[in-house]
Amino acid sequence: MESKFMGYRRENGRVGVRNHVIILPLDDLSNSACEAVANNVKGTMAIPHPYGRLQFGEDLELHFRTLIGTGCNPNVAAVIVIGIEPLWTDRIVQGIAKTGKPVTGFAIEKNGDFNTICAASKKAKEYVHQVSEYQRVECDVSELWVSTKCGESDTTSGIATNPTVGNAYDKLYENGNTILFGETTELTGGEHLVLERCANDQVRKDFQFFFDRYAKLVDDKKTNDLSDSQPTKGNIEGGLTTIEEKALGNIQKIGTKAPVVGALEKAVEPSGPGLWFQDSSSAAAEQVTLCAASGFVVHFFPTGQGNIIGNPILPVIKLCSNPRTLRTMSEHFDVDVSGLLRRDLNLDQAGDALLEMMVRTANGRMTAAEVLGHREFVLTKLYESA
Amino acid sequence: MAIDFLVHEAADGVGVAVVEGLSAGQEITGWVMKEDETITVKLLSDIPIGHKVALQDYQEGDTVIKYNTDIGKVVAPIKKGEHLHVHNVKTKRW
Repeated sequence: MESKFMGYRRENGRVGVRNHVIILPLDDLSNSACEAVANNVKGTMAIPHPYGRLQFGEDLELHFRTLIGTGCNPNVAAVIVIGIEPLWTDRIVQGIAKTGKPVTGFAIEKNGDFNTICAASKKAKEYVHQVSEYQRVECDVSELWVSTKCGESDTTSGIATNPTVGNAYDKLYENGNTILFGETTELTGGEHLVLERCANDQVRKDFQFFFDRYAKLVDDKKTNDLSDSQPTKGNIEGGLTTIEEKALGNIQKIGTKAPVVGALEKAVEPSGPGLWFQDSSSAAAEQVTLCAASGFVVHFFPTGQGNIIGNPILPVIKLCSNPRTLRTMSEHFDVDVSGLLRRDLNLDQAGDALLEMMVRTANGRMTAAEVLGHREFVLTKLYESA
Repeated sequence: MAIDFLVHEAADGVGVAVVEGLSAGQEITGWVMKEDETITVKLLSDIPIGHKVALQDYQEGDTVIKYNTDIGKVVAPIKKGEHLHVHNVKTKRW
C-alpha cells in the first residue's frame, strides 16, 4: 500500500478526500430553497431529507448529531445551512463552526424562499470561489478514516468479498488507521465472535448494550421471524438462508487482527485509531449516512446481488465477486474480486487491490456511485415526531 | 481443477455453488478452503450460483453448520446433494 496520498487538510487538522460545498437543510421545509441555491450556484450540492420538525428527545439529538456531523466531515469544505426558523438552524451552524470551516446559516421565516435563496446563493458563490482554490497536499494514508457496510449480500459475500474487506482492515489496523463497522442486527448469530474481539470489559459491556437494545427493538416490533426483511429477498435470492448465516458472512469484514477498541452510539466520532463498532441500522443508506456523520472519508461496500448505494459526501467503493452480478450490472463496481472464487486470486492480493483503489479514490478518482450520481442520504429516525 | 463449489471449513455441512448452471445428476467438485482439500458430491437438485448444497443427510431438528458455526435448524429432511435453503432450513433466532 502507498504510504502517502494527496488530500485536503482542513482547518481542524483532519484530512478529506473531496472538497464539497454543501447546501444543508435543517428540515424538510427547507429542501426547496436548498435545491434552488444548488441550482443557482454550480459546484455546490443540496442534501435534501424528510425530517427535522417536532422531533424530540434522543431522536432529536440524533438528528442534530447527524446533520452537524455531515457538515463537519472533512470531505466537506464549506456549508450553507437553511432552516425554517433561526434557532435550530443556528445550532447546526454553531456545531459545524467548531471545525473552523466556512459555514453560514439562513432562516426562511420573515424572509420567504426568494430572499433566503438570494442571500444564500450569494454566500454559496463566495464559498465556491474560496474552496475551489484549495490545493490537495501530501497526507499520510494512515490519516484516512475508513468505514464499511455490506449490502444485498449473498454467499459470495461471506466467502470472498467480505473477507477482502477483512484483509484490507487487517492491514489498515496495522497501519494505524481509524476503521469502523456497524450493522447491529446483522451480527445476530455471530455476536459472540464480536464479543471475543472486544479489547476490554468496558467495550464488551458497551457492545452488549447496543446489541441487546437492537434485539429488543426487533422482538418488540416483529410480526413474524423477519424472513420477509432480514435476510432480504435479495439475500435469499442470492442463497443466504438465515440471519445467522448472513451475520457470519458480514463479520468477515472486520478481518482477524484488530481488537474492537470501542462501541459507539450512532453518529458519534471515534476518539482514536483502531477498529470501532458503531450501533446502526443494517439498511445501507442509513448506515453509510451515519458513517459520513461520524467523520469517515472513504467507505468499502462489498455486495453480492448488487446494492448500488452511494452517499453525497462519502465516496463508496463497491466491490463484488459474484460473476453474474459483475456481468449484469458492471457499471456499479470499482473492484472485481471474482478471481477469488476461481482461485486465481488470493485474499492477500484481493485486499491489496481494494487498498490500491482506496488510495486512488482518496487521490480523487471518482467512484462508480459518484459517477452515477448516487447520493442516498437517509437519516435514521428513532420514533415518531411529537 | 475447476471448482464448482466452496466450503469454508471441513466441519461445515454445506457447500456454496460458485459457478452458474449446476444441475441435478452432475458430479461436482468443491474446495474446502480452510483445510485446502478437494471433495466431490453428486447433485440431486439444481443449485443456482450462490446457493447451498447439503454435504450430508439431515433430519428435521438438526443444526446446520457453516463457518464451523450454527446457522439454523432443519425443518424438512434433506439428502446429501440436495438444495439446502429457506424451504428446509430456518433461523433459530427471532
